Amino acid sequence: MKARITVTLKNGVLDPQGKAIEHALSGLGFDGVGQVRQGKVFDVELTETDAAKAEADLKAMCDKLLANTVIENYAVEIA
Amino acid sequence: MKSAVVLLPGLNRDRDMIAALTKISGKAPATVWQTDTEIPDVDLIAIPGGFSFGDYLRCGAIAARMPVMRAVAEKAAKGVMVIGVCNGFQILVEAGLLPGALMRNSSLKFVCRQVKLKIDNANTMFTRRYQPGQIIRSPVAHHDGNYFADAETLARLEGEGQVVFRYAEGTNPNGSINDIAGIINDKGNVLGLMPHPENLIEAAHGGSDGRALFEGALGIAA
Repeated sequence: MKARITVTLKNGVLDPQGKAIEHALSGLGFDGVGQVRQGKVFDVELTETDAAKAEADLKAMCDKLLANTVIENYAVEIA
Repeated sequence: MKSAVVLLPGLNRDRDMIAALTKISGKAPATVWQTDTEIPDVDLIAIPGGFSFGDYLRCGAIAARMPVMRAVAEKAAKGVMVIGVCNGFQILVEAGLLPGALMRNSSLKFVCRQVKLKIDNANTMFTRRYQPGQIIRSPVAHHDGNYFADAETLARLEGEGQVVFRYAEGTNPNGSINDIAGIINDKGNVLGLMPHPENLIEAAHGGSDGRALFEGALGIAA
Protein backbone atom coordinates (compact mmCIF):
# COMPACT_ATOMS: atom_id res chain seq x y z
CA MET A 1 0.00 0.00 0.00
CA LYS A 2 1.25 3.48 -0.82
CA ALA A 3 0.49 6.62 1.08
CA ARG A 4 1.29 10.28 0.87
CA ILE A 5 1.74 12.43 3.93
CA THR A 6 1.64 16.19 3.56
CA VAL A 7 3.05 18.34 6.34
CA THR A 8 2.25 22.04 6.37
CA LEU A 9 2.93 24.90 8.75
CA LYS A 10 0.05 25.88 10.99
CA ASN A 11 -1.68 29.17 10.37
CA GLY A 12 -0.03 31.96 12.29
CA VAL A 13 3.41 30.33 12.24
CA LEU A 14 5.84 32.57 10.41
CA ASP A 15 7.30 30.94 7.28
CA PRO A 16 10.38 32.90 6.16
CA GLN A 17 11.16 30.34 3.47
CA GLY A 18 7.67 30.63 1.99
CA LYS A 19 8.07 34.41 2.08
CA ALA A 20 11.38 34.22 0.19
CA ILE A 21 9.81 31.94 -2.45
CA GLU A 22 6.88 34.35 -2.76
CA HIS A 23 9.30 37.22 -3.47
CA ALA A 24 11.31 35.12 -5.93
CA LEU A 25 8.14 34.25 -7.85
CA SER A 26 7.15 37.87 -8.16
CA GLY A 27 10.73 38.64 -9.23
CA LEU A 28 10.26 36.13 -12.07
CA GLY A 29 7.29 38.11 -13.24
CA PHE A 30 4.54 35.87 -11.84
CA ASP A 31 2.08 38.56 -10.93
CA GLY A 32 -0.89 37.82 -8.78
CA VAL A 33 0.86 35.36 -6.47
CA GLY A 34 -0.55 35.75 -2.97
CA GLN A 35 0.91 34.06 0.05
CA VAL A 36 3.23 31.05 -0.44
CA ARG A 37 3.67 28.53 2.37
CA GLN A 38 6.31 25.82 2.14
CA GLY A 39 5.63 22.29 3.36
CA LYS A 40 6.89 18.72 3.03
CA VAL A 41 5.62 15.60 1.28
CA PHE A 42 6.48 12.03 2.31
CA ASP A 43 5.65 9.09 0.04
CA VAL A 44 5.54 6.02 2.23
CA GLU A 45 5.25 2.38 1.16
CA LEU A 46 3.60 0.04 3.64
CA THR A 47 3.21 -3.71 3.83
CA GLU A 48 -0.08 -3.27 5.71
CA THR A 49 -3.10 -4.20 3.59
CA ASP A 50 -5.85 -2.92 5.87
CA ALA A 51 -6.45 0.75 5.00
CA ALA A 52 -7.81 1.68 8.43
CA LYS A 53 -4.81 0.17 10.20
CA ALA A 54 -2.46 1.80 7.74
CA GLU A 55 -4.05 5.17 8.35
CA ALA A 56 -3.72 4.76 12.11
CA ASP A 57 -0.06 3.79 11.70
CA LEU A 58 0.64 6.75 9.43
CA LYS A 59 -0.95 9.16 11.87
CA ALA A 60 1.17 7.72 14.67
CA MET A 61 4.27 8.20 12.47
CA CYS A 62 3.31 11.84 11.98
CA ASP A 63 2.72 12.43 15.68
CA LYS A 64 5.95 10.71 16.68
CA LEU A 65 8.35 11.89 14.01
CA LEU A 66 7.26 13.23 10.65
CA ALA A 67 5.51 16.36 11.90
CA ASN A 68 6.29 18.69 14.76
CA THR A 69 2.75 19.32 15.94
CA VAL A 70 3.84 22.44 17.81
CA ILE A 71 4.18 24.21 14.46
CA GLU A 72 2.90 21.80 11.79
CA ASN A 73 -0.30 20.12 10.63
CA TYR A 74 -0.34 16.91 8.63
CA ALA A 75 -2.68 15.14 6.24
CA VAL A 76 -2.59 11.44 5.40
CA GLU A 77 -3.77 10.20 2.03
CA ILE A 78 -3.81 6.53 1.07
CA ALA A 79 -3.38 5.86 -2.63
CA MET B 1 30.10 17.36 40.68
CA LYS B 2 30.20 15.05 37.70
CA SER B 3 29.05 15.66 34.16
CA ALA B 4 28.34 13.74 30.97
CA VAL B 5 28.26 14.81 27.33
CA VAL B 6 25.89 13.23 24.82
CA LEU B 7 27.51 12.30 21.50
CA LEU B 8 25.53 11.96 18.29
CA PRO B 9 26.68 11.71 14.67
CA GLY B 10 26.89 15.16 13.13
CA LEU B 11 27.50 17.13 16.30
CA ASN B 12 30.61 19.29 15.98
CA ARG B 13 30.75 21.28 19.22
CA ASP B 14 31.22 18.20 21.39
CA ARG B 15 34.94 18.79 21.80
CA ASP B 16 34.31 22.39 22.85
CA MET B 17 31.78 21.25 25.45
CA ILE B 18 34.10 18.51 26.75
CA ALA B 19 36.99 21.02 26.95
CA ALA B 20 34.86 23.59 28.79
CA LEU B 21 33.54 21.07 31.33
CA THR B 22 37.03 19.61 31.85
CA LYS B 23 38.65 23.01 32.35
CA ILE B 24 35.94 24.32 34.65
CA SER B 25 35.28 21.24 36.77
CA GLY B 26 38.80 19.79 36.67
CA LYS B 27 37.32 16.43 35.63
CA ALA B 28 36.71 15.12 32.15
CA PRO B 29 33.00 14.49 31.56
CA ALA B 30 31.74 10.99 30.81
CA THR B 31 30.62 10.56 27.22
CA VAL B 32 27.50 8.71 26.15
CA TRP B 33 26.75 7.57 22.62
CA GLN B 34 23.41 7.80 20.81
CA THR B 35 22.64 4.09 21.28
CA ASP B 36 23.44 4.05 25.00
CA THR B 37 20.41 3.36 27.14
CA GLU B 38 22.04 4.25 30.43
CA ILE B 39 23.82 7.38 31.55
CA PRO B 40 26.29 7.22 34.43
CA ASP B 41 25.46 8.84 37.75
CA VAL B 42 26.17 12.51 37.04
CA ASP B 43 24.88 15.91 38.15
CA LEU B 44 24.86 17.56 34.73
CA ILE B 45 24.21 16.20 31.24
CA ALA B 46 25.24 18.42 28.32
CA ILE B 47 23.97 18.08 24.76
CA PRO B 48 26.36 20.02 22.50
CA GLY B 49 25.80 21.86 19.27
CA GLY B 50 26.29 20.82 15.69
CA PHE B 51 24.20 19.26 12.97
CA SER B 52 23.05 15.92 14.34
CA PHE B 53 21.92 13.61 11.54
CA GLY B 54 22.63 16.37 9.04
CA ASP B 55 19.62 18.37 10.28
CA TYR B 56 17.51 15.97 8.19
CA LEU B 57 13.72 16.24 8.57
CA ARG B 58 13.95 19.02 11.18
CA CYS B 59 16.93 20.15 13.27
CA GLY B 60 17.28 17.74 16.18
CA ALA B 61 14.28 15.63 15.15
CA ILE B 62 16.12 12.37 14.52
CA ALA B 63 18.50 12.80 17.46
CA ALA B 64 15.55 13.37 19.79
CA ARG B 65 14.26 9.85 18.93
CA MET B 66 17.55 8.04 19.65
CA PRO B 67 17.74 5.67 22.64
CA VAL B 68 20.11 7.94 24.56
CA MET B 69 17.43 10.64 24.69
CA ARG B 70 15.07 8.31 26.57
CA ALA B 71 17.85 7.93 29.12
CA VAL B 72 18.27 11.73 29.24
CA ALA B 73 14.51 12.13 29.81
CA GLU B 74 14.63 9.60 32.67
CA LYS B 75 17.53 11.45 34.30
CA ALA B 76 15.78 14.79 33.81
CA ALA B 77 12.65 13.40 35.49
CA LYS B 78 14.81 12.52 38.48
CA GLY B 79 16.05 16.11 38.71
CA VAL B 80 19.46 15.75 37.03
CA MET B 81 20.47 19.01 35.34
CA VAL B 82 20.42 18.96 31.55
CA ILE B 83 21.78 21.69 29.29
CA GLY B 84 21.31 21.75 25.54
CA VAL B 85 23.27 24.26 23.51
CA CYS B 86 22.33 25.18 19.93
CA ASN B 87 21.56 21.83 18.25
CA GLY B 88 21.29 20.50 21.82
CA PHE B 89 18.47 23.02 22.43
CA GLN B 90 16.78 21.92 19.20
CA ILE B 91 17.07 18.30 20.33
CA LEU B 92 15.52 19.12 23.74
CA VAL B 93 12.48 20.80 22.17
CA GLU B 94 12.09 17.98 19.63
CA ALA B 95 12.26 15.48 22.51
CA GLY B 96 9.52 17.38 24.32
CA LEU B 97 11.77 18.14 27.30
CA LEU B 98 11.30 21.84 26.59
CA PRO B 99 8.23 23.52 25.04
CA GLY B 100 8.04 25.31 21.70
CA ALA B 101 10.01 24.90 18.49
CA LEU B 102 13.09 26.33 16.79
CA MET B 103 12.49 27.45 13.26
CA ARG B 104 14.56 28.79 10.36
CA ASN B 105 16.12 32.21 11.13
CA SER B 106 13.86 34.98 9.88
CA SER B 107 16.75 36.30 7.75
CA LEU B 108 17.08 32.80 6.19
CA LYS B 109 20.81 33.22 6.77
CA PHE B 110 23.18 31.24 8.95
CA VAL B 111 24.34 33.63 11.68
CA CYS B 112 27.80 33.36 13.22
CA ARG B 113 28.60 36.32 15.44
CA GLN B 114 28.67 37.58 18.98
CA VAL B 115 25.43 38.73 20.59
CA LYS B 116 24.49 40.27 23.91
CA LEU B 117 22.35 38.29 26.28
CA LYS B 118 20.29 39.57 29.16
CA ILE B 119 20.01 37.28 32.18
CA ASP B 120 16.25 37.36 32.55
CA ASN B 121 16.13 34.88 35.42
CA ALA B 122 19.17 34.66 37.69
CA ASN B 123 17.33 32.39 40.08
CA THR B 124 18.12 29.09 38.34
CA MET B 125 20.82 26.50 38.99
CA PHE B 126 22.45 27.60 35.75
CA THR B 127 22.33 31.37 36.17
CA ARG B 128 22.74 31.84 39.91
CA ARG B 129 26.26 33.24 39.44
CA TYR B 130 24.93 36.09 37.31
CA GLN B 131 23.02 39.18 38.41
CA PRO B 132 19.39 39.62 37.37
CA GLY B 133 19.30 41.77 34.25
CA GLN B 134 23.06 41.40 33.72
CA ILE B 135 24.16 41.68 30.10
CA ILE B 136 26.75 39.15 28.97
CA ARG B 137 28.34 38.43 25.62
CA SER B 138 28.02 35.11 23.84
CA PRO B 139 28.79 33.70 20.42
CA VAL B 140 25.97 32.30 18.29
CA ALA B 141 26.28 30.08 15.21
CA HIS B 142 23.06 28.68 13.81
CA HIS B 143 20.59 28.60 10.95
CA ASP B 144 17.51 27.58 12.92
CA GLY B 145 17.34 29.50 16.18
CA ASN B 146 14.07 31.31 15.69
CA TYR B 147 12.20 30.29 18.83
CA PHE B 148 8.45 29.91 18.48
CA ALA B 149 5.73 28.91 20.92
CA ASP B 150 1.96 29.32 20.79
CA ALA B 151 0.45 32.24 22.72
CA GLU B 152 -0.58 30.10 25.68
CA THR B 153 2.85 28.47 26.06
CA LEU B 154 4.57 31.81 25.64
CA ALA B 155 2.41 33.41 28.34
CA ARG B 156 3.26 30.54 30.68
CA LEU B 157 7.00 30.79 29.97
CA GLU B 158 6.99 34.54 30.53
CA GLY B 159 4.75 34.33 33.59
CA GLU B 160 6.75 31.60 35.30
CA GLY B 161 10.18 33.13 34.66
CA GLN B 162 11.13 30.30 32.31
CA VAL B 163 12.71 32.70 29.82
CA VAL B 164 16.25 32.65 31.18
CA PHE B 165 18.24 34.36 28.41
CA ARG B 166 17.02 37.08 26.05
CA TYR B 167 18.91 38.71 23.17
CA ALA B 168 19.69 42.22 24.39
CA GLU B 169 20.11 45.63 22.83
CA GLY B 170 18.80 44.82 19.39
CA THR B 171 21.09 41.83 18.88
CA ASN B 172 18.34 39.26 18.16
CA PRO B 173 20.03 37.33 15.33
CA ASN B 174 17.15 35.10 14.25
CA GLY B 175 13.73 36.69 14.73
CA SER B 176 13.04 34.68 17.87
CA ILE B 177 9.73 35.57 19.51
CA ASN B 178 10.12 38.00 22.46
CA ASP B 179 13.90 37.92 21.79
CA ILE B 180 14.05 34.53 23.52
CA ALA B 181 17.56 32.99 23.49
CA GLY B 182 17.16 30.35 26.19
CA ILE B 183 14.43 28.75 28.29
CA ILE B 184 14.20 26.42 31.25
CA ASN B 185 11.59 23.76 32.03
CA ASP B 186 9.03 24.27 34.81
CA LYS B 187 11.03 22.13 37.23
CA GLY B 188 14.10 24.31 36.64
CA ASN B 189 16.56 21.54 35.76
CA VAL B 190 16.47 21.44 31.93
CA LEU B 191 17.93 24.46 30.11
CA GLY B 192 18.15 25.05 26.39
CA LEU B 193 19.82 27.99 24.67
CA MET B 194 20.97 28.83 21.16
CA PRO B 195 24.12 30.80 22.15
CA HIS B 196 27.37 28.99 22.98
CA PRO B 197 28.51 29.84 26.54
CA GLU B 198 31.10 27.02 26.29
CA ASN B 199 32.91 29.08 23.66
CA LEU B 200 33.53 32.04 25.98
CA ILE B 201 35.14 30.63 29.12
CA GLU B 202 38.75 31.86 29.12
CA ALA B 203 41.02 34.65 27.98
CA ALA B 204 41.98 32.74 24.83
CA HIS B 205 38.31 33.01 23.77
CA GLY B 206 38.40 36.77 24.22
CA GLY B 207 36.35 36.65 27.39
CA SER B 208 34.85 34.39 29.99
CA ASP B 209 31.23 35.55 30.15
CA GLY B 210 29.96 31.99 29.73
CA ARG B 211 32.05 30.48 32.50
CA ALA B 212 29.72 31.40 35.37
CA LEU B 213 26.96 29.30 33.82
CA PHE B 214 28.98 26.11 34.23
CA GLU B 215 30.41 27.19 37.57
CA GLY B 216 26.88 27.79 38.84
CA ALA B 217 25.53 24.50 37.50
CA LEU B 218 28.49 22.50 38.80
CA GLY B 219 28.62 24.36 42.13
CA ILE B 220 32.22 25.46 41.57
CA ALA B 221 33.62 28.58 43.20
CA ALA B 222 34.40 31.34 40.73
